Amino acid sequence: MTAVSPAQIASAVAASEPVLVVRDLAKSFGGVRAVDGVSFSVLPGTMLALIGPNGAGKTTCFNMLNGQLRPDGGQVLLAGRPITGMKPRNVWRMGVGRTFQITATFTSMTVRENVQMALISHAGEIWSPFGRARDRHREAADALLAQVGMAAQAERACGVLAYGDLKRVELAVALANQPKLLLMDEPTAGMAPRERIELMALTADIAAAEGIAVLFTEHDMDVVFTHSDSVIVLDRGRLIAHGTAEEVRQDPNVRAVYLGTGATSGGH
Amino acid sequence: MSAMLEIAALDAYYGRAHILQGVTFAMNRGEVLALMGRNGAGKSTTMKAIMGLVPPAGGTVSFEGQRIDGREPFEIARLGIGYVPEDRRVFSELSVMENLSVAQRPARSDAPHWTPERLFQLFPNLGRMRDRAGGAMSGGEQQMLTIARTLMGNPRLVLLDEPSEGLAPVIVEEMAKTILALKAEGLTVLISEQNLHFAGNVADRAAIIEKGVIRFTGTMDELKGNEAVRSQYLSV
Amino acid sequence: MIDLILNQTLNGLASASSLFLVASGLSIIFGVTRIVNFAHGSLYMLGAYLAWTLVGRFGPTDALGFWGGVLLAAVLTGLIGVVIEVLILRRIYQAPELFQLLATFGVVLMLQDVALGLWGAEDKIGPRAPGFKSFVILFGNRFPTYELFLIAVGPLVLLILWLLFQKTRWGTLVRAATQDREMVGALGVNQRLLFTSVFAFGSMLAGLGGALQLPREAVTLHMDLSMISEAFVVVVVGGLGSVTGAYLAAVLIGILHAFGILIFPKITLVLVFLVMAVVLVVKPYGLMGKAPVGHQRAHGPAEPLLLPADGLTKLAGLIGLIILALAPLVAPDHILLTLTELVIFALFAASLHFMMGPGGMASFGHAAYFGLGAYGAALAVKWLGAPMEPALLLAPFLAGIAGVVFGWFCVRLSGVYLAMLTLAFAQIAWATAFQSVDLTGGDNGILGVWPSAWAVSKPAYYYLTLAVCAASIVALRLTIFSPFGYGLRAARDNPLRAEAIGLDVVRIQWVAFAVAAFCAGIAGGLFAFFKGSVFPTYMAIPRSVDALLMVLLGGVQTVSGPIIGAFAYAGLSEQLMKLTMYWRFVLGLSIVLLVVLFPRGLVGAGLALRERWRKEPEPAATLVEARP
Repeated sequence: MTAVSPAQIASAVAASEPVLVVRDLAKSFGGVRAVDGVSFSVLPGTMLALIGPNGAGKTTCFNMLNGQLRPDGGQVLLAGRPITGMKPRNVWRMGVGRTFQITATFTSMTVRENVQMALISHAGEIWSPFGRARDRHREAADALLAQVGMAAQAERACGVLAYGDLKRVELAVALANQPKLLLMDEPTAGMAPRERIELMALTADIAAAEGIAVLFTEHDMDVVFTHSDSVIVLDRGRLIAHGTAEEVRQDPNVRAVYLGTGATSGGH
Repeated sequence: MSAMLEIAALDAYYGRAHILQGVTFAMNRGEVLALMGRNGAGKSTTMKAIMGLVPPAGGTVSFEGQRIDGREPFEIARLGIGYVPEDRRVFSELSVMENLSVAQRPARSDAPHWTPERLFQLFPNLGRMRDRAGGAMSGGEQQMLTIARTLMGNPRLVLLDEPSEGLAPVIVEEMAKTILALKAEGLTVLISEQNLHFAGNVADRAAIIEKGVIRFTGTMDELKGNEAVRSQYLSV
Repeated sequence: MIDLILNQTLNGLASASSLFLVASGLSIIFGVTRIVNFAHGSLYMLGAYLAWTLVGRFGPTDALGFWGGVLLAAVLTGLIGVVIEVLILRRIYQAPELFQLLATFGVVLMLQDVALGLWGAEDKIGPRAPGFKSFVILFGNRFPTYELFLIAVGPLVLLILWLLFQKTRWGTLVRAATQDREMVGALGVNQRLLFTSVFAFGSMLAGLGGALQLPREAVTLHMDLSMISEAFVVVVVGGLGSVTGAYLAAVLIGILHAFGILIFPKITLVLVFLVMAVVLVVKPYGLMGKAPVGHQRAHGPAEPLLLPADGLTKLAGLIGLIILALAPLVAPDHILLTLTELVIFALFAASLHFMMGPGGMASFGHAAYFGLGAYGAALAVKWLGAPMEPALLLAPFLAGIAGVVFGWFCVRLSGVYLAMLTLAFAQIAWATAFQSVDLTGGDNGILGVWPSAWAVSKPAYYYLTLAVCAASIVALRLTIFSPFGYGLRAARDNPLRAEAIGLDVVRIQWVAFAVAAFCAGIAGGLFAFFKGSVFPTYMAIPRSVDALLMVLLGGVQTVSGPIIGAFAYAGLSEQLMKLTMYWRFVLGLSIVLLVVLFPRGLVGAGLALRERWRKEPEPAATLVEARP
């Protein structure tokens, strides 16, 4: 038996507070309600999958969380503080990391420099006009790269990396500001089945170890059902289901609008 | 009888990168062939090279016995090859009808003839949104529109680049039905795909590409029975 | 008062029509070919000259002769467009967009000398239009009927264009190609024919615009550049790709000009600038424009890796500097003069490279800041009686402040939009210097800007120049590899990602713009004392293009490229000017040939050659297939 310290109790209590709380989020484009009163929350160290048909409002929803779009209504709270309608760079400063559906790296820089760039920004050193950027935060960058298994390729140009490796670099960059929340837009799009599983297992490990909340969109049901703690389903801008992977999988409504029979996706 | 499409020792560069390194395979009339492989293996580039969108640096592409490598994309399209790109690329400011009209070509005797009305039977959704701008459609609808648009050119061979990518499972099922419908019309279809379940549903044969080289060709059943190949090249 | 307002409104509307014809042609051509046709103003000028000749031959008093001549001039201009498209543009559709712009600027230079050779230097006055020679009395003012005719032409052409684009197959194809030209080709449409026809059509509109001006104003050799910069303003304000926007903007600019003459007769362009500023603040992509979606499908691979100089390169730089420092010991004065100029241009080019290379912002009006630096120095001498040292210190601040103000607008745009806006700003700076005769001496410039006694001798001034320029270039280099320089490159490589790691992309680019302007100002100040005088031509478009050529010759992607480019280019063009009277034609032709033969620039071509020679196969890049 080990004694439980007060600090551990405090962190356990904090752990049950959601990192991200979304309330009644709404957005219309030209009179069409793309996102219509969506509410959900994500706990630290857990993975929440956001799924739904194309055009259901997933991307719109995502872009309102990361600041690319301003919501028409509703609230987004990060660790209890409102981030609704903030610009992407300020959302990042509040502690939100993100990866993109189409990999976004700085191609004129090496893998390590990509991570250093994020660390330089996090340290607020971006306006410094002198001193070599390559020499800054080198160890921290290498540590992050080691975490995602990319340390060996630190000196390579991002332009020549394999696709799966590029995704890992993106993950390292997204972790550079020690985020509370990680937003991943179709993180495994375009990857081979095994790579998909590997990347998401890595993400889940890091999330659990560091208490990061992860929200991701995904079309690969293998990934969703293996790596999410819970799943929310969006259809025509509305939340139509919310539950564990198994609950959502059995939901007849979800099967009708989204999952289908499972013939082409491995059957579930 | 010779194959419909014959690709021999095809080389292609993208900038400095040597993407295709002697790709060789052939397609028979009326079959659906799945070109499979990891992202970056050269699937899209193979399709673009067939279409003339990436100039082949070496090797040959023959269609119905006629060399087509080095020709302009529009000439290749007029010979009867239709191309559906991976990222859809509908003309977002044009309506559905206008999108279709851009690709319209005269009827030919050796291929099914498509009109907008016939296409709307295949894609009932599109028929309900004839005047909608391409940009205002959902991803699944856009994917259907690009296929319909390509069919307006009355092709004999259709190249479908990653038709299931980024689509909801229900739409993917619809896509599979569409491809089988095209096959039933007598069209020859080349799809590039990473999803083995999907390929298994629609394709007769598979060719696996890895680092710009074809590593395996065989029937879908042969591929399903070959654990080693699937594990090595498809990371399944 | 009310009649004056009405009168000026009508005047503005009348002048808007030709502007609209040129701008809509420019816009349509850009939409399909993605080429900003710098030579569009030249086609306008050719249309006017051709109309002058044809109308003169057919009989200017005869209605058929006049209108026949005008229409034939437009058609001929369209055919000239076909020749340009087939001979030049068709070969460079795959080249980077800056090279395309440069090639069309080469055409501008060539056509200038062609017009000079065919029609001579003096202005041509055209006849009045038969049937439109009289006046109508409007609110007590005589208003020429031809102006009323022109006012009607604008909306009429707008209507025709609308019908053409919405109701014909050609129009549908053009609209489709505007969004994705590659896809149109893959769907079986003959792209070449489509491109050629679009270019011919746009050229014809420009030619018609020029021909219709015949009864209104004299035909001159300066029509081309003044029209193209106005057309750029119209296109940016109206929204690139929108014909309706082009019409609205043309009307707006036309009316502003008409009223500007009443309010600020000397600096009408300031008013245009202010309105453009307001429009761009409210709608960054113009009145009817949309954010460029899907045009990001750039050719070729992404930006290559940039690494700090290795030991060998540093050594070479040091040796070069030592040679330059020892030059006065052996070189005669006239060589020193050339060297001084080259060193100044090297800084000028390096400052442009700073915003163009790492910053990814191509300026077509960088001479504005060079010129403002020169004027800053000269004005300090003339109006404050300052000696050289404080004047040189003040000079870059005038340029830097202009960079802060103009840059604020420019960094909100990107690519060709940004290039067009920088050019328009440079033209405004040029016109301000040209028009404010009281302050700047206008065309006569400011004379007597001489160095202090200690720096009068040629070696002394050379050393001053070398010290200042070398220090500035080294500082720029250090900045490129500093955190700020990395942030700048991050913003260029992937703005979306840059914002997502907390970088303020717009502000970073704004600061870089101002720094580049400041450094160009340093070069300009040195140039003023070097020449002893300052003229508006220091800010003119050709000088901006000089800087671009230096940077592109050397290669945008290397840090040392612009310095080499400056020496190569400035040396070359000076020799050329001595050789022939038609040096513009030769220079233009060389630019065109250079772009057609070496679409990646000299250094790029060298690198490619070296790579092929080494034959070291790069591991197959996977990024290229990972979707654009």
